[in-house]
Amino acid sequence: MSPSELVLEVSHLSVRFGNVSVLRDLSFRVGPGASLAIIGPNGAGKTVLFKALIGAIPYDGEVRWAPGSRIGYLPQKLDLERDVPITGLDFLRARATLAGRSDTDIARALALVGIARDGAAHPIGTMSGGYFQRLLMAFALVGDPNVLLLDEPTAGVDEPGQERLNELVRRLQQEQGLTVLFISHDLSVVYHYATEVLCLSRGQAWIGPPRTILTPDLLETMYGTPVGYHLHDQ
Amino acid sequence: MTSEALILSMAMAVAAGLAGCFAVMRRLSLAADPLSHIALPGIGVALALHIHPLFGAVVMLLFGALLVWGLETQAREATETIIGVVFSVALAVGSLMTSGEELLEALFGGAGSLNPSELGFGLLAAGGIVLFLVTQRHRLVILLVSPDLARTAGIGVRRLELLYLLTLALTIALGLRYLGVLLMGALIIIPAVTAKRLARNLNEMLLWAAALAVLATVSGIWLAARLGRETGPLIVIVAAGGFLLSLWRRRD
Repeated sequence: MSPSELVLEVSHLSVRFGNVSVLRDLSFRVGPGASLAIIGPNGAGKTVLFKALIGAIPYDGEVRWAPGSRIGYLPQKLDLERDVPITGLDFLRARATLAGRSDTDIARALALVGIARDGAAHPIGTMSGGYFQRLLMAFALVGDPNVLLLDEPTAGVDEPGQERLNELVRRLQQEQGLTVLFISHDLSVVYHYATEVLCLSRGQAWIGPPRTILTPDLLETMYGTPVGYHLHDQ
Repeated sequence: MTSEALILSMAMAVAAGLAGCFAVMRRLSLAADPLSHIALPGIGVALALHIHPLFGAVVMLLFGALLVWGLETQAREATETIIGVVFSVALAVGSLMTSGEELLEALFGGAGSLNPSELGFGLLAAGGIVLFLVTQRHRLVILLVSPDLARTAGIGVRRLELLYLLTLALTIALGLRYLGVLLMGALIIIPAVTAKRLARNLNEMLLWAAALAVLATVSGIWLAARLGRETGPLIVIVAAGGFLLSLWRRRD
């Protein structure tokens, strides 16, 4: 793949917090339409990587997004005050206004994530974790993204909701050629949806297609303990 | 009070109500108050140099906003400590530099006569503040929910934070004449907190806050004239009365 066809090119990325090095000399590339899973134990720097990719924290090295990339970001968890009178609709309307989108686009995004308009009229601080997660997905979609960064998108979402979100992302990829980077702890989701997987652990990184790279040995090296995941032939 | 002065005080109240909404929602309520204290040394220096005290106050407030902005990148606890110390010291130094009648006026606001340039500056500043907050409310809402989401929505986060703090500083400067250094924070915070309790969405909160701030200001001025007392403390007491009444309303 020539650099001009890439959606994202990361070279020699390092992030330090004080004396602690979280990411060390990380390089990888992501092509259009790819579905890159990022896995690793807690504290491996997965969320930190996303924050560097969106420019929210200082880093060394280079992060190059293709011109015209519109990023939809789904953060892991947000700390909201319960009593702030900002409704789901206020929040989506704010995004739509910035992106020059209409009320119809808001309605479409809500329908895609399965939220009724009445439900979106409640203050965001009173929404349950899973419900707010779906609203955040609608927020990302209202911005008409061509890249999605999903940080544990289904954490706190009920089983049918998880299925719905995963299938929604897959459908958007097929229909609109979206590029997706997602952080997950669920290896079955990784096998099912990822075209490539980036494994992070203690400053080291491995990247490749899930079926070739996710060997029991690597999983044990990453997590420091044997991982009892058995991949059935499909 | 002249009608010009009344119009100016109402414009100030609208600006204070709107600016307060975002201060309250961004949990900056504790910064708005000490920020107003930094105006005092500016007023002291301006009086000593025989220039308009408002000029000194504006310069110091804008400097204070820059200071808070610079500190926001630091660890949260450190920021609050530094703001607390710096602004209290500013108040102490300012009190030494100003004295007697002038000190009281700077602290609590005073009548004085309104000259045309002050009226012009006040109306222009209030108009600018309201325009900024109303047109930027969408960006400010996304920013207060999550700076990271704001970034991915193409918002210049640091720039918007600075512009908001400068707006807050200018709002404080506007209120110094009527409420003074000690009380202006209250007119920014109290109507906004009351509005937060009453509103069901963002636009309602903005409307309530502006309306309550105007109501408190006009009633305070009217009461002051009737009772022959200072305006500033009465404005704050009326605003606080509104807040107490709002506690009656149960939330769903």
